[in-house]
Amino acid sequence: MSVLLSIIYLIATVTFVIGLIKLGHPETAKNGNLIAAGGMGLAIVGTIFLHDLQVPAIIYILIGIAILIGSILGWIISVKVEMTKMPELVSLFNGFGGASAMLIGLVEFSKNADNIMQATTIVSGIIIGAITFSGSIVAWGKLNGSFKSVVKIPQHNIINNLFFIGVIILAVYMIASGVHNSFLLYGLLAGGLLYGILFVLPIGGADMPVVISLLNSLTGIAAAITGVLYDNMVMLVGGILVGSAGIILTIVMCKAMNRTLLSVIFGSFTVTNAVEGVNKTLGTIKSTTASDTAIMMNYASNVIIVPGYGLAVAQAQHVIHELEQLLVKKGVTVKYAIHPVAGRMPGHMNVLLAESNVDYDMLIEMDDINPQFNNADVVLVVGANDVVNPAAHNDPSSPIYGMPILDVENAKHIVVNKRSMNAGYAGIENELFYNSKTSMLFGDAKAALTALVSELKNM
Amino acid sequence: MDQLIEFISNNIQIAYILILSTFVGIEVIKSIPAVLHTPLMSGANALSGVVIVGAILVMLHSDPNDYLALTLGFLAVVLGILNVVGGFAVTHRMLQMFKKKK
Repeated sequence: MSVLLSIIYLIATVTFVIGLIKLGHPETAKNGNLIAAGGMGLAIVGTIFLHDLQVPAIIYILIGIAILIGSILGWIISVKVEMTKMPELVSLFNGFGGASAMLIGLVEFSKNADNIMQATTIVSGIIIGAITFSGSIVAWGKLNGSFKSVVKIPQHNIINNLFFIGVIILAVYMIASGVHNSFLLYGLLAGGLLYGILFVLPIGGADMPVVISLLNSLTGIAAAITGVLYDNMVMLVGGILVGSAGIILTIVMCKAMNRTLLSVIFGSFTVTNAVEGVNKTLGTIKSTTASDTAIMMNYASNVIIVPGYGLAVAQAQHVIHELEQLLVKKGVTVKYAIHPVAGRMPGHMNVLLAESNVDYDMLIEMDDINPQFNNADVVLVVGANDVVNPAAHNDPSSPIYGMPILDVENAKHIVVNKRSMNAGYAGIENELFYNSKTSMLFGDAKAALTALVSELKNM
Repeated sequence: MDQLIEFISNNIQIAYILILSTFVGIEVIKSIPAVLHTPLMSGANALSGVVIVGAILVMLHSDPNDYLALTLGFLAVVLGILNVVGGFAVTHRMLQMFKKKK
């Protein structure tokens, strides 16, 4: 490797660290992203041109075509996709990175698995890459609705764990025996891919952000492993940065949901209680109309809006901003209560509301807003379910028991906008809807809020 | 065993780098406000596309007649650059929205 290339890799590595640091502050985040992107570009160009290999022209042409195709596709996808689809997009791109690591492993296994250490790095790269790839694709499919429901496999924890152990045993055998058998290699590949599917498929609702973050972190680890294989510092450090940062982010999210990382990985959400819960008599549902809700809000002095995934699905972020502005004009104090895992990604609601220009200071995080629900006249819950479910406080049999939630039930009136009475993404019944203070405003979030806005305008 | 010992003595710097980078990653993320979690995750996702460097190396080392390796390497480059370009572009778009508010 030329000295120049080593220096370029060093510079790229430094830009990654600076980029990540700057991404952590709202004012510098944009620069941070650009700096890291610049470093990445430098590393890529350097890798292609600064080496001491004899490479035929056709290979350069192929690399150029591949980069062109990938760049154009990546650019088009990222520019075209709506902001509400962000979580699944991150998941999709992440899957591509995993697939790339997996393919590299496949090529290298036949060429370079000469000693145990090389074989170990290659085989673990293949497994982690495959799990990330198929897992991310399933997560993407689940988020965009291709796989609608939570798939229940009987005893899936045991099956998953046994299956994973099987894959590991196969991997260890391949490494230890030094057998370069393509049948075993593809068996290992299939095992990794299948495990990724089995791993993500039973996970539902509130655990989804954690899974995406975890898969993200795994791609980093796969990149780092590939870096060890090539003795390549920029891949090693870049991968480890993403890996460790991703794990920390995952743990922060788990804390927000009062779950441990291990319980997410080895014991994904059990939905059995939830199904039984439906049979419980919870009382009656009171439904309301847009005009009644408008009147209630018109005469309120404190309104708190609780946005959830339903807001994102219905693309209602602009209407809700309009509603909020209208209320403020009428002298109502309006705040948004942001649960850390509302939506399908941490900070999902912040991004969404930022898109519609909602003032930053109106978004209040859970710990700060919870004491304020006592003073709220009306709480408007838009498309949120699990994050306002009182079962988290008072039903030890509920799968979300112990998760910190927004204490909306302390408010004087609660209006819940929901498409229907179907249980939330996690499949858990919500007794908030049966509370005597709650009225249900059924309908698509965008339609319901638009009706609400026009009623308010006429008052 | 000998191989392991040999590997460790040859690669001790790698162990240092691994451990120290882990700490850097942890320290950088620890105190980030929840608002920025999504862009951060997206940015970190773009960085994991650094695996493309490996994909390019696979292609550079391939024999032009080894069609299997070339095909797999080609796909790996396409997917890797998709991760890089898509990841950074999406992060940029997200952060753009944070900015215009003021």
